[in-house]
Formats: sequence, C-alpha cells, structure tokens
Amino acid sequence: MSTPITAHSVAEPSSRSKLIASFLVVTYAVITILPLLWIFLTGFKTPPDSIAYPPKVLFEPSVEGYVNLFTTRSRQTPEFLATLPPPQTWYERLVRSRNMVIGGPSKVVPRFVNSMVIGFGSTFLAVCFGTIAAYAFSRFRVPLADDLLFFILSTRMMPPIAVAIPIYLMFRHLGLTDTKLGMILLYTAVNVSLAVWLLKGFMDEIPREYEEAAMVDGYTRLQAFFKVVLPQATTGIAATAIFCLIFAWNEYAFAVLLTSGDAQTMPPFIPFIIGEGGQDWPAVAAATTIFFIPILCFTILLRRHLLRGITFGAVRK
Amino acid sequence: MAEIKLESVAKTFGTFTAVKGVNVTVDHGSFFVILGPSGCGKTTTLRMMAGLELPTSGRILLDGEDVTVLPASARDIAFVFQLFALYPHMNVRQNIAFPLRCQNYRRDEVRRSVEETARLLRIDHLLDRRVGGLSGGDRQRVALGRAIVRRPKAFLMDEPLGALDSEFRKLMCGELRELHDRIDATTVYITHDQLEAMAMADVIAIMNQGRVEQIGTPQEIYDRPASMFVADFIGAPPMSFLAVRASLQRGARSIEVDGVPLEMPQLFEDRAEGSLALGVRPENVSFADSAGLRGRVIGAEYLGTTQIVTVTTANGQIKARLPSGNAVRIGETVGLALRPDKLSLFDAVSGRALSSALYGGLHG
Repeated sequence: MSTPITAHSVAEPSSRSKLIASFLVVTYAVITILPLLWIFLTGFKTPPDSIAYPPKVLFEPSVEGYVNLFTTRSRQTPEFLATLPPPQTWYERLVRSRNMVIGGPSKVVPRFVNSMVIGFGSTFLAVCFGTIAAYAFSRFRVPLADDLLFFILSTRMMPPIAVAIPIYLMFRHLGLTDTKLGMILLYTAVNVSLAVWLLKGFMDEIPREYEEAAMVDGYTRLQAFFKVVLPQATTGIAATAIFCLIFAWNEYAFAVLLTSGDAQTMPPFIPFIIGEGGQDWPAVAAATTIFFIPILCFTILLRRHLLRGITFGAVRK
Repeated sequence: MAEIKLESVAKTFGTFTAVKGVNVTVDHGSFFVILGPSGCGKTTTLRMMAGLELPTSGRILLDGEDVTVLPASARDIAFVFQLFALYPHMNVRQNIAFPLRCQNYRRDEVRRSVEETARLLRIDHLLDRRVGGLSGGDRQRVALGRAIVRRPKAFLMDEPLGALDSEFRKLMCGELRELHDRIDATTVYITHDQLEAMAMADVIAIMNQGRVEQIGTPQEIYDRPASMFVADFIGAPPMSFLAVRASLQRGARSIEVDGVPLEMPQLFEDRAEGSLALGVRPENVSFADSAGLRGRVIGAEYLGTTQIVTVTTANGQIKARLPSGNAVRIGETVGLALRPDKLSLFDAVSGRALSSALYGGLHG
C-alpha cells in the first residue's frame, strides 16, 4: 500500500526479523497441521494399512473407512456369502471382499445431525442472550452491575464437569437426560457467561451516539438496537459465535454423561466406533474428518471477524 | 420552527448536580448559542431539550407543549452530535434517509427529499459513497443532511465543529448560519469557542457550573458582561480587572483607584465599603502621559495590526490593545487612560456587575 520512503522505518520490521518470524509461523503451522493431515490420510487407508508398522505415508487410497463409518456390517462364512445374490453396489462389493455383509446404515448421520442441532442451537441462544445482556450492562445503570458481571464470570471459574453429578441428578429429575433440549440448555448456560463478557467489550466500543441519533430521529430504543447497534456489533457477535460453537461442538464429558442414544453428539459417538468390530481406525479417522468440516467452514466464513475478536479493543477504529 | 422554553430545569447525576435551575427561552427562528467551559452543564442542558436525558426537576416546553418526560423520538427535534454519529454500515444516501424510513414515507418521496437535501448541502455527488471514506467536512454535511431532511421543529447541535480543523471550522460557521437562515430553523448550538459563538449567534447564553450567567446578544455580552466570569470568559484577551476597596453612593460618577479618581458610568445602586473590581476591555485602554493612573510595562504581544501590552499597576495587571506602530519599551512607566463610558464595576466577592448607566438598568 504505502511504500517506505526512508531506508530505516521504525515501525517496519527488518527483513531478517521478518524471515525469522515467517520461519517460526511456518514451523508452528506444520506442527499443528500434521496430526490433522495424518487423520485425514488415515481416513483413506485400508484397516491393515492404518496399523502397518512402520507407518505408511504412501498407500493406495481406499474409501473403506467411510463405507465402514456409514454402515453396520456382520462377518459371515464364505459358504454363506456364496449363497447370496451378487452385490448390487460398489460399496456392497467392497464389504463382501472382507467377508462381511451390510446390515444397515450406521448411526453416524443422526449423531452428526444431533451435533449440528445442539451446537448451532446452543450457540444461537448463547449469543442472543449474551447480546441482550451485554447491551443492558453496557448502556443501562444496572443495580450491582459489577457484582452481577463477576457472578456471571464466576460460573467459569471451575471446570464445568465439577458440577456433573448435580447436573446429572437435575436432568434426570426433569427428564432432560438424553434430550437435545437438555444439551442445548446446558451448553447455552455454560457459554452465556463467555458471550456476555466478550460482547460487553464490543458493545462498550459502539458509541452511544449511534442509538441516540436514531432515537432522536424517531426510532424507539428497540428499533434503534436492531437497526443501528446490531449491525455495528456483527463483528463481536461473529467472534463470540465461533468461540461458543467451538465449545459446544467439541464438548465431550457432559455428552458422555448425559446422552446415550437419541441426543448423542459426535464426540462420544466417535470412540464408540472403535469397539465395533475391532479397531477400525480408518472409520474413526473418517468420522473425525467429517466432524471437522462444519467448524472449519464456519470459522473460515467468519475468519475476518475472529481475528478482530481476539485482538478487539487493541486499536481504536 | 419552534419555541423552546426551559423552566427551572435541573439535573442531578448521583451526588453531582450538572444543571442547577436553568431558565431559558429560545425564540422561533433564532440561532441560540450556549457557550461555556467544559463541564459547565451545557451538553446536559441540550440533551434534556432533546429528550436524551430526563430533568430531575423543572419543565421543558416545546411550542407551549410540555414535553418534559416525552421520549426523544416523540419530540420532532434533530440532534447533530460532536462526532457526527454517522452509521458506518450505511452509505451517505441511507444515512440521510434513515430518519424518514421510520415514518412510512413512500420510496420515491424519500428519494426526492434525500436528493433535495443533498443538493442543498452540495453533497449530491457523494450520495452513493460509504461514510467511512469521507473527509471531516463532508461527514459534517451528511450529519447536517440527516438532521434537516425531516424538517424538524428545531435543531440541536452539540459542538458540531469541534472535530474539524480550524480552517474548515470558519468555513462551516458561515455555512451553518446561512443554512439556518435559508431553512428558517430554530437552532440551539453548543460550543466552548467564543469566536464561533460570536460569529453565529443571535442570542448567547453563557453557562458556568450548571447555571446561566448571562443571556444576551453577542454585543450585549461583550460590552456589558453581567459577571466577572462572563467578562473573563469572553474576549481575547479578556477584560482586565483592577482591585479596589471603596464605598459608593447611588449616582456616583467616579471611583478612586490608588488615590486617583477615575470617571465611570453613573452608578445606579448604593454600595457599602467592600471589595470591588473595575473591569476594562483592552481596546478601551490607551497610554497618556498626563493620566494619573501609572503602571510599568511588563510585556508586549505583537498581533500584526495591533499589539497587546501588559502593564502592571498597584491594583493589578491591565492589558491594552494598541496600534502596533506605537513603540513600547519593557520596563518603562506609563500613564493609563481608561475610556470612562466603557468601564464595568463588579462586586469582587460575588462577581456580579453593579447596575450603572452602561448597563442601562439591564438588571438589579
């Protein structure tokens, strides 16, 4: 954009420090991306290849992991298989070659749907409540505002799992165990404190004059909130939404404890695959890869906001 | 167009009283400036007129109608903020149209009003630009456009030129006044800059510590300051004061300063022995060898056509505005002649101006 006029710019880092910086960034990126890449590759290996020693970097790709992930199968004797009609589809043929027959679709799709509903549902609720609460804390004289904010934050001062047993008992009493509603409420409750604190920072940054101008121009406070404050807060809302979604999407301990069937999410479901007919690592890797996609897309879509979310308040707009 | 009237309006924030019983009437179509130092309560007063703050006590009347507790949206008043408060997520056209959009105007009506307003402010070529990239002056015009597009009863402006550089501020001063005259509006304008106030106002109200010190035309305020605060706040350099102890009778025409009798406008009130301050504007001071009041020159400030010379006397410092041709030597002793008909006399304790012929029985 602007070309440096002098040879020595105080603000511009020197080319050597830039080189060191990029080396560090690349190294770090490789270290963090490598395990993900390994999982992605494992998803396309055959089960024998996946446990081969030394590990195979080059291998013949196979979709067996994905087929195994989406189906339930049973092992049969070759004699029995010979009595069956020939396989109709490519994946049946693949399963037959391992002396197995497809019993039916596996539960991965409903579990994935559960994760989507619970993850996005609780994120939506947490961000809604967080936005409204943050606006109130930022704009109105709330009695005991500081104490209330501290109280809201204090819910994050212990690991959520520390209250697992009371929550388990409450859920059982209320009939919320293994329901999507129960999980949405739980994750919303955990996330709302984060959302309030993050969004209060963003709300404080939006000048009051915007709403005041709208209110003088004939809008009610609620209209001014929707037409002026919300569009200004999109960056903060997006950043907050990502943080909330990441938590709800990845949460494992409560999901294991409180869900077993109808409302089970992906994190407790994935290890469950291991037990099904031997250690089927390609299927696990395939599930992990698919599990990874929505959060990746969501984060890429809101990437611009996320960066500002992490560094918000650092520089005045 | 509207008349705005504040009746003993006060505002308290917790234990802090920002505005202490203000009585003000802004006439139809006048350009009313509230002038005062920061923290004097002028912005709070304006925000109460707009409905952005509710007064703790008192009444606010808009065209005779009591609007004291009416929300801002129901008052039909436009407000221009110091930092403009243009919505960054809208372009210029959307910003100007915003006040119309909540009033169920037809689409083509909105379009026509916006374009008419933009032409009036000479920003019609900027309508489809985003507000982020505009210069300070253009942003100012957009903010004004958003205020006038609705043709509200009154305009309230909170230091709208404060964020502009001084060059541009002068230009906008002229434009604002011209705009006010053209659309025949009632304007209440807040500033801490006396030059802006003098240049634009029909009537100035000077506020200090939550009270109105004086309301009058710019010339009234300059020539007949009602208090030492006003005298000191207005004028660059401000009025000089000589400390005097004296007792005076109604009808007195002179006062003794350091043994020297000085002529002054006829006094309209009795005054027991006490501390007084004799105020004189720098342009009403001249050097005269024959004058009884003597002082020593301690500084001179060259201003082009004139110079400001500071003279110290036994009763305090006096600043004189002299033609810059007059040669003045630092350290020399000079005689000071004060224009008798332009002297103000203040109670040095309360700061109040004493009633005299100059004030024409304006008060007291």
